[in-house]
Amino acid sequence: MYIFKLAILTLFLSVTSAQAEVPLPSISKGQGDSCVRATDDMRYNHMDYIQHHRDETMYRGIRTEQDSLKQCVTCHAVKDDDGGYINATDKRHFCSSCHSYASVKIDCFQCHTDTPRSTDIHEPLAQGQ
Amino acid sequence: MSEKEQVNLTRRNLLGGTAAAMAGLTIAPGIILVETAQAKPKDQPVTDAVRWGILININNCADDCTGCVDACQEENGWGKGSSDESKSRPDQKAQWIRKVKVTDRETGHAKTLPMMCQHCESPPCVDVCPTGASYKRIDGIVLVDKHICIGCRYCMMACPYKARSFIHETLTDQRSYAPRGQGTVESCTMCVHRVDDDQQPACVEACSSTFNSAMIFGDLNDPESKISKELARHGGVRIRADLGLNPGVRYQGIYG
Ligand code: HEC
Ligand code: HEC
Ligand code: HEC
Repeated sequence: MYIFKLAILTLFLSVTSAQAEVPLPSISKGQGDSCVRATDDMRYNHMDYIQHHRDETMYRGIRTEQDSLKQCVTCHAVKDDDGGYINATDKRHFCSSCHSYASVKIDCFQCHTDTPRSTDIHEPLAQGQ
Repeated sequence: MSEKEQVNLTRRNLLGGTAAAMAGLTIAPGIILVETAQAKPKDQPVTDAVRWGILININNCADDCTGCVDACQEENGWGKGSSDESKSRPDQKAQWIRKVKVTDRETGHAKTLPMMCQHCESPPCVDVCPTGASYKRIDGIVLVDKHICIGCRYCMMACPYKARSFIHETLTDQRSYAPRGQGTVESCTMCVHRVDDDQQPACVEACSSTFNSAMIFGDLNDPESKISKELARHGGVRIRADLGLNPGVRYQGIYG
């Protein structure tokens, strides 16, 4: 059976081996050229960075943008075909695409907005650094 | 966050605070560091050189005006500023600031005033919190760290000003800078996101720009700030001063 799958995979060169199991998530790219840190570092350590920044903001009033959750959701916002922003409950949302694959559940978006907000009276992204 | 940065509230501090409150309106004894947090760069921590406060002159506060309440709702996305909380009863809904009517029973003189978190120096909500979610920031702003709030509501019961609310249902239309969610307690944050950005709280701004200029926001530790000068010149009272909590919100025009 495994040999058979392998044969098919080799036949359709474009398919990766993981797709025979659970399809790999399709992760949308953020705006701009690069993330706030090296991409592979972000893949591994993003949770530590944002959770550290969370305490820095809450207790010390530090409001830098690099690790701010607001910036992640703004720069990584994904739109659907109608041009509306996709919410975190949808697997196409940047954070959810990967988390649903890795079976990670986060509660952040019960309180934090998961899209750039039109209801905001202030711009979520401050101009410049 | 290290232990040191959490404001250390001991019984001794509380007693000391009481004595200071009773001595009257001594605001900052000793040397005063005029290190204005106003120009705080985004990557610098807040310091205890400042203590934020609000002074409200209720004689300027029009009885039918709800400008501060409306501005707070719009800014922080609760009440009229939100389409959520539709299943909650009116008395269950969030209320960060409200207009309260005070009547002198003897003379019958009645006046309204805005009531919100009084940002106590010795906050009872912080004392009773079992998880440490209720805390006082080093610059005097009393907050809930909703990340560790378990929704027990002890703080709501402990607060003599009835300033806190509990969120009973799922919310969806929060502001990005004012996250709120089911199962946690919330209250006036003195618009901490604005204060850190060198702005005044939304209520104060609305009151001074559009309405009656009944509110002054500023640094109680700085004798040169508008609020300190006004307090030095005309005084101001702490509501329930007998509790010795030394609130950062002071009022003018209320007696006894
Ligand atoms: C119960 C509500 C709630 C939940 C759930 C929650 N937060 Fe927060 N969060 C807040 C509040 C309130 C603030 C303070 C906002 C301010 O002062 O600007 C905040 C601030 C932050 C900040 C600093 C501001 C920013 O946008 O960078 C970060 C980072 C953060 N939270 C991360 C998280 C992460 C990660 C999770 C999920 C693991 C999470 N939060 C879940 C309520 C919540
Ligand atoms: C200014 C825009 C911008 C901001 C802000 C930003 N990112 Fe990114 N991020 C990107 C871009 C662009 C990429 C893709 C980089 C690449 O292809 O190498 C990326 C990639 C990533 C990846 C890897 C995705 C993959 O394909 O495997 C993760 C994880 C990530 N970001 C998380 C975050 C988090 C968490 C935050 C908030 C602290 C954040 N990003 C803030 C632009 C941004
Ligand atoms: C490249 C895939 C990927 C992307 C994209 C991604 N995450 Fe994650 N995230 C993970 C993985 C994998 C874990 C679990 C790591 C572990 O358990 O060791 C995780 C864990 C987390 C955690 C900690 C959860 C916990 O229970 O401790 C938080 C918080 C988090 N991610 C936030 C985000 C946010 C916010 C975004 C979107 C801005 C995001 N992540 C995007 C892969 C991703």
